[in-house]
Parts: sequence; structure tokens; C-alpha cells
Amino acid sequence: MATLKIDDPRVIEFDVRTDEMLINMGPQHPSTHGVLRLVLRSDGEVVSDVEPHLGYLHRCAEKIGENLTARQWIPYTDRMDYLAAMNMNLGWSLVIEKMLEYDLPERGRHLRVIISEMGRIASHLVAMGTYGLDLGSFTPFLYGFREREKILNLFEEACGARLTYSYLTPGGATADLPSGWTDSCRQFLAEFKEVIPELHTLLTTNSIFVSRTAGIGVMSAKMAIDYGCTGPVLRGSGVYHDLRFHGEERYTEMYDGYIFDVICADPETGKYPESNYEFHGDSLDYPEIPRQAILGDCWHRFYVRMLEVVQSVRLVEQAIEKYEATSGDWGKPIRLIQKLPVKEAYMETEAPRGQMGFYVVGDGDSIPWRVRARSSSFCNLSVTAPLCQGILLADIPAIVGSLDVVMGEIDR
Amino acid sequence: MADFVDHILGLNDSWFGHIVAALVAAVLILHVVAVGALLFIWMERKISGRIQDRLGPTRVGGKYGWLQTLADGLKLIAKEDVTPDLADKFLFKIAPYVGLAASYAAFIALPFADGVVGQHVNTAVFFVLAVLGLEVFSVILAGYASGSKWSLFGAMREAAQVVSYEVPLGMCVVVPVMICGTMNLTTIANMQSGFFTNWLVFNDPFTFMTAIIYFTCATAGVNRAPFDLAEAESELVAGFHTEYSGLRWSLFFMAEYSSMFIVSALASILFFGGPHGPIPITEIVPFLSSGGLGDPAKQAFTESEGLLAGWDLGLIISRIIGVTNLLLKGLVGVTIMMWIRWSFPRLRIDQVMTMCLKYCVPLAAIGFLGATAWQALDLPTASSVIGTPRYKHHELWTADHNKDGSKEETISTPVLETPHEDDTHAEAKTVTENTVPVSVLRGGNQ
Repeated sequence: MATLKIDDPRVIEFDVRTDEMLINMGPQHPSTHGVLRLVLRSDGEVVSDVEPHLGYLHRCAEKIGENLTARQWIPYTDRMDYLAAMNMNLGWSLVIEKMLEYDLPERGRHLRVIISEMGRIASHLVAMGTYGLDLGSFTPFLYGFREREKILNLFEEACGARLTYSYLTPGGATADLPSGWTDSCRQFLAEFKEVIPELHTLLTTNSIFVSRTAGIGVMSAKMAIDYGCTGPVLRGSGVYHDLRFHGEERYTEMYDGYIFDVICADPETGKYPESNYEFHGDSLDYPEIPRQAILGDCWHRFYVRMLEVVQSVRLVEQAIEKYEATSGDWGKPIRLIQKLPVKEAYMETEAPRGQMGFYVVGDGDSIPWRVRARSSSFCNLSVTAPLCQGILLADIPAIVGSLDVVMGEIDR
Repeated sequence: MADFVDHILGLNDSWFGHIVAALVAAVLILHVVAVGALLFIWMERKISGRIQDRLGPTRVGGKYGWLQTLADGLKLIAKEDVTPDLADKFLFKIAPYVGLAASYAAFIALPFADGVVGQHVNTAVFFVLAVLGLEVFSVILAGYASGSKWSLFGAMREAAQVVSYEVPLGMCVVVPVMICGTMNLTTIANMQSGFFTNWLVFNDPFTFMTAIIYFTCATAGVNRAPFDLAEAESELVAGFHTEYSGLRWSLFFMAEYSSMFIVSALASILFFGGPHGPIPITEIVPFLSSGGLGDPAKQAFTESEGLLAGWDLGLIISRIIGVTNLLLKGLVGVTIMMWIRWSFPRLRIDQVMTMCLKYCVPLAAIGFLGATAWQALDLPTASSVIGTPRYKHHELWTADHNKDGSKEETISTPVLETPHEDDTHAEAKTVTENTVPVSVLRGGNQ
């Protein structure tokens, strides 16, 4: 692998042959999802090497976490993966609860499933929409955002915020769901299920979309594991791993009693699990896998997200019923100045983009001694350079978009 | 037009009349380009809005936001005209004008109806395509002169794409030219008059296929999605116009939208009957058809005494209907292009090339060969099967004046011919034969 050696950015051009061109893609480029900067070495349309540069959105979140109490740091987790802020809240809450050996009431558990799976739907809708945008199709983006707006309305009703919620906190949530919320949520799910086939028509089965994504950026299961990829990127390569099933007990017990599938193709047959989820009274048919698609390519990563949305809908439907069957305490937040014990705790959760880990070390004070976040997008982004070798310029947005990175989470 | 000016001023075939006529035509065509762009940009926003479940512009100019483009245009005029330091200043500045001039000039030979044309050109098909092809220069100039790598990428893509797609586009255009035996757009349009079954797209299966390929190649030729690689915002920032701002930037869009219209209008003339509607109102109503098919301007004004004595109201109305038909057909083409743009992702450059070289070129060749064979074998066409009348064509410049050496060239303009000798269709009754001097039909161009 010919790597780009850039010691001094000022002499960057000395390393370039006459028929090559170094191009700076980002951090203000429209398709680099925020402030990612890619330095491309290209010969015309063919790109031989890509080097991602990070750090344009660094906000010292971890250091700030070492100066605030556990509950005070919740708003900073919102700003990590700002497209799935609820799931970030959840990750931090769980690690603090693990440290405090706090057990959540039953109602709070179901509330968290509803909220985090709704967050996953919202996040995957943005991933789907922006991926269409990366490939030059504007309409799916707005279709995705239209549905996401409805989720944001529900979130706003629950906690008052539309993007940075700070809703799930160590101890439970800041408030119980308002009355009538579950009915609005059911109505949303019913409407949303109608839209999923539309999105499949616009992108998943569109022949231009397939020709742009199938067979592009193929990542083997071994490579995905070696680079530490997680989430849909890992499962798109055919690795059966989802922390909601395979995670720590404290996390998996949140999903006790729920029925859902891990969306992952069988590496032997290349087939996805049969859909045994009732949909309009019929079993939901997944769109067929096009013959050009190879397991681990951009199309499969996209497809995994699209199917995970359905599983999340399924989970929320179950969770609403379980939530309504319970009453009483939903889990009040811990005290603002709750002292943390002298020990360390680390926990990973299955965020929409992969395994989001939080590490915390307490020294008996209410302010943690050390805070660290393990970003899923960071590992997922690390495959960019090996995947983007000898490809066409137009494939770069296709590959980077299929990894679905959020720079806020990478730079923190 | 020149005759009209001469007639008003009491001159006889003077240079002055020609210049005034040219200026009037130029200003009128400029209005088509400018107002057309205003309308199309508004349409694009409205259509994309509706496709995407939004409203589009609603504020400026009443409920439907008619004047949104004008407001944006004013904003663009007021913006600073930035030229990057690295740019080749002169080329950077003239590039948008080259593009606009090319798509504007193509309108000169485009007949909006019989006789409503900037300048009669016997090789109008060739002229329009050739001039429209010049538009690529503006993109290459803009990309090269911007001094930006992204612009250069856009320009290279545009150059590769447009040059490739002109091959199948030319092959598709040759089919109607071959069937009609002329490159004169007015004549091609007139040959398709009558019911819509006379349109060349329904002539035989191969012309139908050719029409579809033409539209695909035309979409690629004017850089519309899914072939809009030169301005692919997700890859190349904004492609060749990355560095442009203000009025110069908007000129690129004016050029793009007027090119969209001109290829759609060309498609409607070549395949979809041009100014002739699906039902030949102008031929059925006797009052409207009084102008006949000869050179109407001559007929209207030469034989008159007073200023407006020669006005042929029926002719004027039939021309207005013709212009409306053509504009509507052009609009339909533009709308389809917009519909495609807002529904599909963009192709990759190699896929665009594959599409051109592996699919469009062979299919266009098959279409051309098939249509040729169909003509050569005299197989039935839609109009002959259904029994609608069809004009048999005599090319203007094939008038045989060498045989007898006669100076006074007379030719017959399209002659109505019945497909069967014992045809009983009512509208196929008359045989019009207007004998007019060739000089008139050539538009005084010799």
C-alpha cells in the first residue's frame, strides 16, 4: 500500500509526479459530511490514494468531562453524534449506572428502548438521505428528513429539544413520557411503514443507485474486524455482531423479552434473515439483492441500515406495549452532585453508527477523574484509505457516505 | 420580416429592411432565452418542490411565487463579481458569455412555426446542433480559467461527455433528415402536419426508438441529470462554475435552461410534429388554412396596397397556434428532464461513457439502419396504416434547374397526397400547390 507521507504540509506538492494531482477534498466540501478533509492523489479521474485528516471539530469534550459531574456532562454527549444524540445519552448513562450499580425500574427500561430505537430510526434516515445526496439524488434526502421531522416532533414533545436532547440521564430520564405520547408514536410508526417501500424504490432498487454502489468499496469480514469497524459497516460485511445481542449483560438485559433480528447477511449464502415481521398484515418483503452486489460493498452497508430501520420499528412497537403495561417510577435522574466511587467502568452500546464506548474513572468525587469516549465512526472511517485505492473520484463520496461517519463523534 | 419592413417604409428589398428585421428577430429571440430561463428556473423549483413534498417558492409574485427567479436575478446582479487570483482573468470573464451566445445563436434557425423563424436556414438541423455544440467551449474555458482543480475536473468531464454524446445524437438526428430528405426544420415540421399519426415518432418502430435515444443523448448533451457530471455537487463541489458568482454564474444557468429548451424543441420538430398539434385544427378550419403552405410572409404583404391591407388573419392565428404547440411540446420535454433530475441519482463518468459507447451508439446505428430499410422497402407507416393523409415531400434545393437551364426556379412545396388512390377521407381532398420563387423560400439567402 503506497501511503501518502505528509510530514510537513508545506512540502506536500514535492511528492507528486507530473501526471498526478493532489486534491484537497474538504473540510468545506459538500459531500464530506461535516468537516472531514480528504487529501486525494489523483491521475485524472482515477484516485490512487486517499488520506483522511481529522480534528476540525475538536471541542475537548473529554477534558470538559473531567471538570463536570456525571450528569452535567450529558449535554456534551449530545454533541458527539448529533444525529443520534439520544443514543449518546444512553451510552453515558449506562456507564455511570454501571459504576454506581444502579438498577433501572422496569418502566424506565422500556422508555429507553423506545427512545433509543426511535433515535436509531432518525439517524438511519439521515444516513439514507445523505447517501442519496452523495450520489446526486436529492429527493430521498427530503423524504428521509420529512420522516425524521416527525420523530423530532415526538422527541420535542418528550423533552423539549429537537437535536440535543439531554433526555436520558444516569438514573433514567429527565421526565416520563407525556400522556398521549405513545398514541402519537404509534400513529407515526403506522405512517412510517407506508413510506419504507417508497424509500426502497427511490434508492435500494434503483438501477442507477445499484450501479453506483454495488461492488464498490468491498470490505471483507476479516478486514472489517481488523480495522475495528462496528455497527452496520461491520454487519454489511457479513459479521454477525450486534451489541444488543452480544453486548454486556447490563446492556442486553434492556432488550430482555424483545423479539427482533440482527440484520446481517449469512456469509455462506449471502442471504439476509427471513423477515418474520408482520407488515400491513403481510410479511414484509425485503427488496431482492441485485446480482452485482457483493457482500461487504456499499450497497450492502446501505441495505443493512434500511433493514435495521424496520427492526427498530418492530422494537418500538413492542416497547410501547410493554411501557404502557407498566406504571410508577420511570427512573429519576441521579443527583447532580452524585459522588462517583473510586473505580473505573467501561461500557459499549450499539449506537446507530456502531459501538459507542464510554470509559470513566472515579476518585470519590462527583467529578470523574478521567473520561474517555470510544468512537465508532473513528474506526469506521479508518477503512477509507485502504478502500479508496485505484477507484474513480465519484466513488469516494459513495464509499465515505456508506460508512456514515459523523465528525462530531470522531473529533469530540 | 424584411419584406414587411420594406413594405411599411416603402422600400424595395433594401439592406435597411434586412438589418431592422434581423434586430427585431434578435430581440425577440433574446426574450425567448431570458424569459424562458426565468420560467424554467421557477418551474424547476416548483416541480422539484412538489416531487419532494414541499411547496417551492410561494411568496414573491403572488401565491405561486412566479417572480421568485426575478428576485433571485436581482440579488445575483447585486452580488460582487469575484475573480479568483489564480484565474486567467480574460478567459474567466468571457466564458459565461460564450455559453450564452452559443445557446442563444442556436435559436436563430429554430422555427417556432411555419414562417416564425429568426432566419430560414436550409441546413437548420445542422446549424442548431453545430452551434449548440459550441456551448462546451464555455465550460472548458470556465474550468480551465478558474484556476481551481475542481473546475478543471468539471471541464474535463464535460468535454469528454459532450463530445461522446454528439455521435449518437447526430445519428439520431439523421433519421428524420433522411426520411424527410431535407435538413430544413420548417420543411421537416410541415411534413408531419395533419393528425398525430403523421409524426415521425410514429413513422415506424425504429423512429420511435430513435426518438427515445435522441432524448437520452440530448439530456446528456445539455448536462442534465443523471448526466450532470460537470457540476456534480457531491463530487466536484460545483464543477466548472465553482468559482463563479453573481451575474456570470447566472448566465451559465440561462445558457443551460435555454439549451434544455432548444433540444426539447428540436426533438418536437424532428419527431413530434413541431408546431403541428395532434389534431390539425389549422387544416380542418378553412379560415385558418387560407394561408396555405407557401411562404406566407410573401403572400401576406406583397399583394397588398395599404399598410395592413395584406394581413391574413387566418394565417396569423394559425401561426399563433403553431408557436403555442411548439412551446408546449418544448415545455413537456423540459419538464421530463426536470422530472428525471429529481428522481434519479447521478451516473459515474465511466458509466456515462459506457452508456454512450456501448448502448446509445449501437442503438442509434440500428435505429438509423432500420429506418433506412423501412423507407427503402416502403413498408407501411402509421399514417398509411390508419389512412391519414401525408404530405409527399419535394426538397427545396433539389428543384431541377440544370436540365432546362431555366432561371426562374419553381418548385412545389409539400404536396398533399393521399395514401390510397381511392381514399375517401374528407380532409385529404385538396391538393395545394403553391408556386413561389425559390429565393423567398431560401429567405433571401443566396
